[in-house]
Amino acid sequence: MSDEFDYKIEAKAADATTADASAPPIDYVPPAERPEQELYHSKSWWTTYVFSQDAKYIGVQYTCVATAIAVVGLILSLMMRTQLAFPGLNVLDPSTYYQFVTMHGMIMVVFFLTALFLGGFGNLLIPLMCGARDMVFPYVNMLSFWIFVLAILLLVSSFFVPGGPTGAGWTLYPPQAITVGTPGNLWGMVMMLASLVFFVIGFTMGGLNYVITVLQARARGMTLMRLPLSVWGIFVATVLALLAFPALLVGGIMLLLDAVLGTSFFMPEMISMGEKLSTEGGSPILFQHLFWFFGHPEVYIVALPAFGIVSDLISVHARRNLFGYRMMVWAIVAIAALSFIVWAHHMYVAGMRPWFGYFFATTTLIIAVPTAIKVYNWVLTLWRGNIRLTVPMLFTLAFIITFLNGGITGLFLGNVAIDVPLSDTYFVVAHFHMVMGIAPVLVVFGAVYHWFPLVTGRMLDEGLGKIHFWITFVGTYMIYTPMYYQGFLGVPRRYFEMYESSYASTVGLNVFITVAALIVGLSQLIFFYNIINSARAGKKAKKNPWDANSLEWQTPEMPPKHGNWGNELPVVYRWPYDFGVPGIDKDYIPQNVSPSQVSGAKADKT
Amino acid sequence: MADTLDKLPKGIHGLTHDWSSDQTAFKKVPWGKAMMWIFLLSDTFIFSCFLISLMTARASTTAEWPNASEVFGLSVFGTSVPLLLIAIMTFVLISSSGTMAIAVKYGYEKNRKLCALFLLLTAIGGATFVGMQAFEWTKLIVHEGIRPWANPFGAAQFGSFFFMVTGFHGTHVSIGVIFLLIMARKTWRGDFDTGQRGFFTSMKSNYEAIEIMGLYWHFVDLVWVFIFAFFYLW
Repeated sequence: MSDEFDYKIEAKAADATTADASAPPIDYVPPAERPEQELYHSKSWWTTYVFSQDAKYIGVQYTCVATAIAVVGLILSLMMRTQLAFPGLNVLDPSTYYQFVTMHGMIMVVFFLTALFLGGFGNLLIPLMCGARDMVFPYVNMLSFWIFVLAILLLVSSFFVPGGPTGAGWTLYPPQAITVGTPGNLWGMVMMLASLVFFVIGFTMGGLNYVITVLQARARGMTLMRLPLSVWGIFVATVLALLAFPALLVGGIMLLLDAVLGTSFFMPEMISMGEKLSTEGGSPILFQHLFWFFGHPEVYIVALPAFGIVSDLISVHARRNLFGYRMMVWAIVAIAALSFIVWAHHMYVAGMRPWFGYFFATTTLIIAVPTAIKVYNWVLTLWRGNIRLTVPMLFTLAFIITFLNGGITGLFLGNVAIDVPLSDTYFVVAHFHMVMGIAPVLVVFGAVYHWFPLVTGRMLDEGLGKIHFWITFVGTYMIYTPMYYQGFLGVPRRYFEMYESSYASTVGLNVFITVAALIVGLSQLIFFYNIINSARAGKKAKKNPWDANSLEWQTPEMPPKHGNWGNELPVVYRWPYDFGVPGIDKDYIPQNVSPSQVSGAKADKT
Repeated sequence: MADTLDKLPKGIHGLTHDWSSDQTAFKKVPWGKAMMWIFLLSDTFIFSCFLISLMTARASTTAEWPNASEVFGLSVFGTSVPLLLIAIMTFVLISSSGTMAIAVKYGYEKNRKLCALFLLLTAIGGATFVGMQAFEWTKLIVHEGIRPWANPFGAAQFGSFFFMVTGFHGTHVSIGVIFLLIMARKTWRGDFDTGQRGFFTSMKSNYEAIEIMGLYWHFVDLVWVFIFAFFYLW
């Protein structure tokens, strides 16, 4: 290796030894750095359809399992809503209500959204968008999915253990989580923690795959700054997860030992049922620190892939190059970095030293800056775009509005003085559902409508999609806007009935919310019907049905076959947002179109 | 493959060049090796969380923290020598890092027999460490009466953290020993020279695996230095 680097080397035409020696100098792309990836070819039904090692297939598997468990989470929430609106019906008893709150939260945050965005969309999109044949370690990827299935099975089986699932709330705060009187304080907790440990192990296996595929397995010409933002979002979220899940794992192991062995990591000296417990000297706050050191990045593990996917959907469906691409990338990185130093804003009322509040309120509000940059850039991308109001576009627009109102209520809660009266009220419930529940789910829907043809080769039905969209979008506002109001009134969350309290006046509002929730919940059947029906008999999609630029639509066959690219790996010449470039007939230039093929185009070099 | 890879810039220019280039961000780094580095970063966070929790617990617990040199003393011929066993354990584990480094060197040179030999020696070192740890646990549990939930020396958290963290580290070492033995066998059999396909993955074996194993093993040893300092010297 010489000490002097010849900086002109990249400007020179390729050596005669490379394949594209005949290409004009303007099309120069550095030669391949490594031999072709060797793929695993399945030989039996089992290795093709069950233990598949094809990332696309694993992505679909992840999506189906995560959606299935989400349906369970949705049903739990509808039952809780019914209880709140009609306490006289006695749908649930208080213990069951707590158990459902806990399971709903944990399922939706960890087992649905995290698994869906990283395991589902990550596996489907990363290799295709990077121009790779597959993930770098297909076998480990397959194991990752099946360990995730094991985690789901453990989670579901906690409904059937003695005492039922844990009712500690999804934050699992000790000491109450493992103290007698909390439903599922022993077996429910053990199953929940075991499930989380397996989830972390499975995720780590998948996560290493996603990170290394993005860093080390891109196509020729694919620089990091030419990656679609979907990949950036999923990639950075995966890095976050790899660094945040350790805290959950450690907290989980310690809590498990407290529950099973009777250690006192988190258990102080306390009296339970009139008897002094044997535990002493533990610190419940320590668990909260560990949990939220995981828990806050977790919010962004869910949000960053949504940000990325939304950026791509906006650009494609508004036929407009993405405004401020580099700023968007750095905003994602900045949000990710900041998300590790804001965790204690979840603990303002936990009894921390009050001075900490200053620090954590400041960092929390600073996060609003890169986030606002992203929102402005989305809006500016729409400006003077040629907006096509397709179903993915509708969901995307709904996301921007929903994320905005969820995010702005976050500014309220980030301030200690405003958070203290609002904490543990329905304002918080409405805030986090809007910002990390509804907003990402809207992106999931948009993404499913957008990439469904890539998976099945058929389009989803537009008409049904629009009905599904309007019920879901309007419905969620019917649900959560009244909750903000309830929160201002001071209605506490996690109460199973308001009894004769002054909050009983909001029961009428609760009926309204519940009816809206039932309608939205049932309307998802339209979506599932659309999926099943269109997969069988939907309109055949043409190749690249949305006229998109990113590589996943440029495969030789659609849906792509095993190995994605046929004989020839793609070569990338530009970013994925060359829409409406002057000087050519089409309004888009795919990433693998070389400059000499569109010589009239007046596009900036990316 | 490519000639341009032989003329990569260095230093800060190298950093910007590599990260703004196409295909790979870490030039000439095999996938498996990059994966192990990222995994170790994640694992570092796990051990950091354990040790920071230990510091928090020690600061916030109500009872007196036991005196480590009393608890971990070993009686030899009637005289009590503090930290004797742990000094030997640490010495063995650190030495196994040395044999691992030699194994990696022979792996680079594709020296099949010596590579396998030193992998085996490393595995023996690791197994010895785990064995001595089992001995220490037995001594603490049976003779000193220390339990994960309580101990006669003071704060209950002392035993809780000790068994949890050394147990977690011991698990790492044990997994390492198992893989070292598998690697040693594969090396001895010549899998890496013939490119024998893996039993599970069906991918060709390569001497890169030895280096990746080495990264893991050195990490486990490095973590031990911190655990040693936090439990035995603090």
